[in-house]
Amino acid sequence: MSAGDARGGGTDREAVRDIDRSPVANADVCVVGAGPAGALVADRLAADREIVVLDAGPRFDPADRLARQERAIRPSYDRPDVWGGGGERDAYSNAGERFYPLNHARVKGVGGSTLHWQGMVMRLHEDDFASETARGVGADWPIDYADLRPYYAEAERELGVAGASDNPYAPPREEPHPMPAFEPSYSDSLFAEACEELGIDMHSVPNARNSEPYDDRSACVGYGTCQPVCPAGAKYDATVHAERAEERGATVIDRAPVQRLEHDADRVTAAVYATPDGEEHRQAADAFVVACGGVETPRLLLLSESDDYPDGLANSSGTVGKFFMDHLFAGVGGTLDEPTRQNHVGFYTSACDQFYDEADAQTAPFKLEFFNYAGPSPVEMALTGDDWGDALLERLRDGYGTHVAMGGLVEQLPRSDSYVTLDSDRTDGHGNPVPEIHWRVGDRALRTVERANEIQRSVLEELGAEIEWVAGPDATGPAYHHMGTTRMSDDPEAGVVDADCRTHDLDNCWIASSSVFPTGGAMNPTLTIAALALRVADDVERRF
Amino acid sequence: MELTRRDAVAALAAVGATGGVALAARRTSDGPGAGGDAADGGEGGDSLPDEAVVRASMTAVATVLYPSEIDGVEAFVGGFLDGRLDGSTHAEGVRAAVGELDAAARSWHGAPVADLTERDRDRLLREVGADTAAEDPDGTLAERVRYYVVNELLLGLYASPTGGELVGLENPQGHPGGTESYRRGPR
Ligand SMILES: Cc1cc2nc3c(=O)[nH]c(=O)nc-3n(C[C@H](O)[C@H](O)[C@H](O)COP(=O)(O)OP(=O)(O)OC[C@H]3O[C@@H](n4cnc5c(N)ncnc54)[C@H](O)[C@@H]3O)c2cc1C
Ligand code: SF4
Repeated sequence: MSAGDARGGGTDREAVRDIDRSPVANADVCVVGAGPAGALVADRLAADREIVVLDAGPRFDPADRLARQERAIRPSYDRPDVWGGGGERDAYSNAGERFYPLNHARVKGVGGSTLHWQGMVMRLHEDDFASETARGVGADWPIDYADLRPYYAEAERELGVAGASDNPYAPPREEPHPMPAFEPSYSDSLFAEACEELGIDMHSVPNARNSEPYDDRSACVGYGTCQPVCPAGAKYDATVHAERAEERGATVIDRAPVQRLEHDADRVTAAVYATPDGEEHRQAADAFVVACGGVETPRLLLLSESDDYPDGLANSSGTVGKFFMDHLFAGVGGTLDEPTRQNHVGFYTSACDQFYDEADAQTAPFKLEFFNYAGPSPVEMALTGDDWGDALLERLRDGYGTHVAMGGLVEQLPRSDSYVTLDSDRTDGHGNPVPEIHWRVGDRALRTVERANEIQRSVLEELGAEIEWVAGPDATGPAYHHMGTTRMSDDPEAGVVDADCRTHDLDNCWIASSSVFPTGGAMNPTLTIAALALRVADDVERRF
Repeated sequence: MELTRRDAVAALAAVGATGGVALAARRTSDGPGAGGDAADGGEGGDSLPDEAVVRASMTAVATVLYPSEIDGVEAFVGGFLDGRLDGSTHAEGVRAAVGELDAAARSWHGAPVADLTERDRDRLLREVGADTAAEDPDGTLAERVRYYVVNELLLGLYASPTGGELVGLENPQGHPGGTESYRRGPR
């Protein structure tokens, strides 16, 4: 979208030239990326260390959030336009079996992709850490649920999670969630009757969204545009930790894309970053934490190749960029002959994890979700179409009001033919090769999408719904959770980082990201990313 | 159903108003009410219509766009525009599009938008092509009228609780209507 409209055009108001983006002297730790992973590491270390955080994207002005919301509603803006994504900076290419819409799947800027995310935050299940042993496929993580359990609890406090302990299928937890769960919706009550009839259990779902004021942030006020923007700040995003890190003394430099990591054989020595004035700077530090998300993290390592590391930094194993995974969406939707009260809020309040741990070599773990936002939003419908006045109102009344839908996420296995590499034919605004995505999913995942559809269909049929759409094996897509591309392994031949998320090759370099996940499970990844980030911060602190 | 200025305030709370919501730089010389002097702005270099014309035209168009069961359109649109016609380039786009629509009204129907009958206003919008155009702030006249006039007004109405209620959704997307309505059953 060009700059023709104030509400849609320019990116940010701040004057690029007035901001000091020079390197910080005597930095202890340089964190690359200010999404939740990087921001949590920075916040955790900032009190006792000199921390500098470099992010490729801008610092967004909170005063612009309503205008971003307007972009989310207005049809002339694509999703990436809401947070200024796309263009030369974010160019990428696809060469795989399936198209991967990368710029719908991330945001660059302080806060990272959580600016856009939905904010559903579950812990992985115990078997997710031992897929090979427990299910006979995939890989075991070198850590288990018990290792991460205290960090999960801490991550829930940091993000602010509203949840309840009514889910019999969730892994063991030691304490209640920091906030009470959101109450079930009216449509949940309709689903509940059908599910009871079918012997399907419903339970609450943890939300990184304030059900009451928390951490000086407002309770949810029901704007209903959580994805892609919460104007109230009730949905957690990583600006919370980036700002807190700054209050504790960290320096956060925006619009500072790191071009490469300078290094010798066993240490990273500096992050070379570009600034909007066309300059390049070198940020030296004792330790480095790479937290650029699941695609840009392997890309940065590949861009940092050298004589020591001709195939890319930290890539002695050859696995940098390999095993790219996402969760697959499975869904069914339709209409009832009664009101279903959708689209008041932008998040869901009930889920079903009953089938998750039935996973084996043939069937992947999957979870089911009961939507509160099925069918079209009337305001968005009103802005398209060639009618107005009474005819428009009639169309809105016909189109809104009786929709129901279920969604679900399915695990895909790590495969070496699903990977991220560099596209040598195409460069970004700085002349660096763009990421090239080769995404492949495999039969187990597709079979499981079908299995999820079966259950979803049975629930909707029990409800008496007329089924209107099915996101099955042919129509499935990614949930925007990029994982696996710098996998964790005890064996330096088989993975990029060790169990502490420190690279096998370089003593002072950690990776905080879902890129370290050896397998993905079927739970949204960010609570696990946050738990791992807190654990990384502890390890950095121990060693430096 | 009666629309009030309070609805306009609610609509503004939803989609934003004066106070820093615009995403591009503001023009310092172009404050609210400073309609007619922006000779350097506007589409095609035409001078922008003055504030009264913008308000009267938008209200007149709203009576066509809004369903007949809605009353109080003038107060609602007035209140909504109080917020939207700030010093932003968006406000300038609204003024420019209204100016062009008004010029079309004069040349095709011999009178400004506000003086046309409701039927002629409806015809004018369709003649301009705003019914079939997809909104685009940088597009053709049809696309700009769709963006700055038609969708501007529809957004104001249907992101407000009264507009939502017409459809059976008292807490529409864009309106911070709390966390109770999603739990309530139909009335
Ligand atoms: C639409 C959508 C919905 C989602 N919903 C959920 C959900 O409900 N639950 C859930 O758990 N997850 C969800 N996610 C995923 C979630 O947003 C991510 O898992 C999470 O943000 C990842 O955190 P991160 O810090 O690793 O990476 P990111 O948040 O992506 O942040 C990475 C940061 O690194 C910066 N960066 C990249 N390259 C460089 C470089 N070379 N130099 C400097 N900086 C760089 C980027 O600018 C960015 O700010 C969703 C994502 C999307 C897009
Ligand atoms: S519904 Fe979503 S967008 Fe609205 S206030 Fe709650 S969290 Fe924010």
